Amino acid sequence: MKILVPVKRVIDYNVKVRIKQDCSDVDLSNTKMSINPFCEIAVEEALRLKEAGTASEVIAVCIGPKIVKEQILAALAMGADRAIRIDVEEQPEPLVIARLLAKVAEQEDAGLIMMGKQAIDSDNNQVGQMLAGIMGRPQGTFASVVKIEGDEALVTREVDGGLQTVALKLPAIVTADLRLNEPRFTKLPDIMKAKRKPIAETTAADLGVEVTSTQQQLSVAAPATRQAGIKVASVDELVDKLKNEAKVI
Amino acid sequence: MDTPERESIEFDVVIVGAGPSGLAAACQIKKQAAEQGKEVNVCVLEKGAEVGAHIFSGAVIETKALDELFPTWKEDGFALGQPVAKDEVYLLRDESRATELPHWAVPPSMHNDNNYIVSVANLCRWLAEQAEELGVEIFPGFTAADVIFDDNGKVCGVATGDMGVGADGEPGPGYTPGMDILAKYTILGEGCRGHIGKGIIKKFALDSEADPQHYGIGFKEIWQVPESQHKPGLVVHGSGWPLSKGMGGGFFLYHAENQQVFVGLIIDLNYANPHVSPFDEFQRIKHHPIIAETLSGGERITYGARAITKGGLNALPKLSFPGGMLVGCDAGTLNFSKIKGVHTAMKSGMIAAEAILEALGTDAEETGTTNFQQLFEQSWAYQELYNSRNFGPALHKFGPIVGGGYNWMEQKIFGGKPLLKLRDSKEDYACMEPASAHIKIDYPKPDGKLSFDKLSSVYISNTYHEEDQPCHLKLTDASIPIKQNLPRFDEPAQRYCPAGVYEVVESDGEMQFQINGQNCIHCKTCDIKDPAQNITWRPPEGGGGPTYPNT
Repeated sequence: MKILVPVKRVIDYNVKVRIKQDCSDVDLSNTKMSINPFCEIAVEEALRLKEAGTASEVIAVCIGPKIVKEQILAALAMGADRAIRIDVEEQPEPLVIARLLAKVAEQEDAGLIMMGKQAIDSDNNQVGQMLAGIMGRPQGTFASVVKIEGDEALVTREVDGGLQTVALKLPAIVTADLRLNEPRFTKLPDIMKAKRKPIAETTAADLGVEVTSTQQQLSVAAPATRQAGIKVASVDELVDKLKNEAKVI
Repeated sequence: MDTPERESIEFDVVIVGAGPSGLAAACQIKKQAAEQGKEVNVCVLEKGAEVGAHIFSGAVIETKALDELFPTWKEDGFALGQPVAKDEVYLLRDESRATELPHWAVPPSMHNDNNYIVSVANLCRWLAEQAEELGVEIFPGFTAADVIFDDNGKVCGVATGDMGVGADGEPGPGYTPGMDILAKYTILGEGCRGHIGKGIIKKFALDSEADPQHYGIGFKEIWQVPESQHKPGLVVHGSGWPLSKGMGGGFFLYHAENQQVFVGLIIDLNYANPHVSPFDEFQRIKHHPIIAETLSGGERITYGARAITKGGLNALPKLSFPGGMLVGCDAGTLNFSKIKGVHTAMKSGMIAAEAILEALGTDAEETGTTNFQQLFEQSWAYQELYNSRNFGPALHKFGPIVGGGYNWMEQKIFGGKPLLKLRDSKEDYACMEPASAHIKIDYPKPDGKLSFDKLSSVYISNTYHEEDQPCHLKLTDASIPIKQNLPRFDEPAQRYCPAGVYEVVESDGEMQFQINGQNCIHCKTCDIKDPAQNITWRPPEGGGGPTYPNT
């Protein structure tokens, strides 16, 4: 069984996000970029399935301009066997991404599409679900445990108030939640090996998908800065302020 | 659990640190090897999460070394930075007054015609791209934890740090042991006070004929300023207020591209008053009209600090040791009279490359020797250091006015031929005097507009360390901070650390020394300035530390 793992290039989770001066977008100049952490968890899970003998090949797929090669190499260094880059200038909307991934999944005849539940930059949490809809395949979202048994994937989902386990007929789409696993540290020789692994390149046109957009970003804004606190002299004063000033009790 | 075996891998040359010196060395080896038809494999280890993440510099640079390494960098489309348009030098007389030095009175070394205001982090990112294209293997996120010696005592590589060790020192679930990276030659380009370089200098007594090394701590912030206050290419330097008498240092204000301004303060680490807080000195200097006029209404984008090796030629150790060499600030090649070290650092790396290529495949390879020392001494970089060797000592001995005048005279009238042999033989840490002998300094509260507190500053340095790991700041004697440093010096680590790593806290009526290692921005000041020399900076897990943008 082949596992397809989409990976996205996003701003590193340790970097403080800044807004461009004209508020048109997030300022990514001189900023460290990384694999989306949920995608990294998905790569790790796919590798574990391969190491357990359940999967035969792990294929990373990344959508973006040439620069996303950095994230492709990171996935290959973790242990993915090969990669596909779909060349687009700018990050398309979730629906277009889902359509592109559906084409690749078909072409590759992937038995499982293991992906992050959402990207930490846009926080959409849509592509996995859209992909399942487009492909007409079952989905197990917010996975915290994934087991493959025969032609089924048993996925434990993190739902409100508890856990739910579903059985999905393969091929299926599984989206990884934070607790699914802890990704491995990349080893130095594996980084060197990654450079020799094949990266196929394709375009949206080759895949027969039109890159359109149905939405327009009007502006972005930074969260309001926190006001300085005050010191109160007594409990009574605190209660008074909470009641009459903050009006929270 | 079973701990996996350590693996090893071999290269011809391993370089520690993807800074200007290390990357220049890597590029030069590959370029010259290709010209000579040789196959030389080179790897670079970088402890930062990416190349540039730990690069922190002013900076106005001379392009001399870059021009030699990549003569067509301009034509190749590399946007190095903003050419310097104008120089201004001020003496800050007090919190509101300043005197501008007339152009003729400024020492020639402080003139910046033909130089560029750059982000050295971005310069390194570009150099890393060139190096990778030339076939160099660069590994960001990997620390060189220790050096490896062969049976004859020659350095034969470095060991990378383990990953996934818990705070208790035991391997955690994701434990991945480090590797031995074996090499015929090891180039140490860790920057100022590299932890491996420090050990190597001691082990091989490389500094036996040199004066003690001298350091400064440099602060810098990048500001986005209103267009009307932005004068691209303007370079402002100055000294004086707020540093008290006897303290050396100076500020800079560089108008870079894209409405950004780099503001910083460098303070010599030989200051005597333990109450001095370099961080607060930096925060308050920004309120001086000379600086505030530019910054007001702007937004602070990033903050950081880093120690600087500034002892110059007198303090320069021997650069070669069996199996390798020190380059750049790890050795101390900065020319403090120009406050510039990128060109000399790069040049030292390039010469190291040439010396290694000459030695590879000869008998010298066996003993790990090269002609690096001789080649370096014949270079323009050495000549520069030689000509300015009195600069620092003159300032230390005579103060900024008389010392500065001496430097002006030496450079201007005598063309750089040193008049006297000035030495500066007291270690920086030993200059600290008891707290009781000095008045406590009452620093103004930050206003949240021009000046800020330490924690909100560290926050924008994008500093991160994996929490579950052993503390990377080691005390040789854990009792010294409270028993010795606190009564005598009011434990100065609380103030000299620019990131709030060290705190003295009261718990159950007892004073305790607390180390918040996860705040560390890898400046190395504690390793240098602790009066008891009791703190050792060790590398944390790879990828940890600040993630600086275009610093």
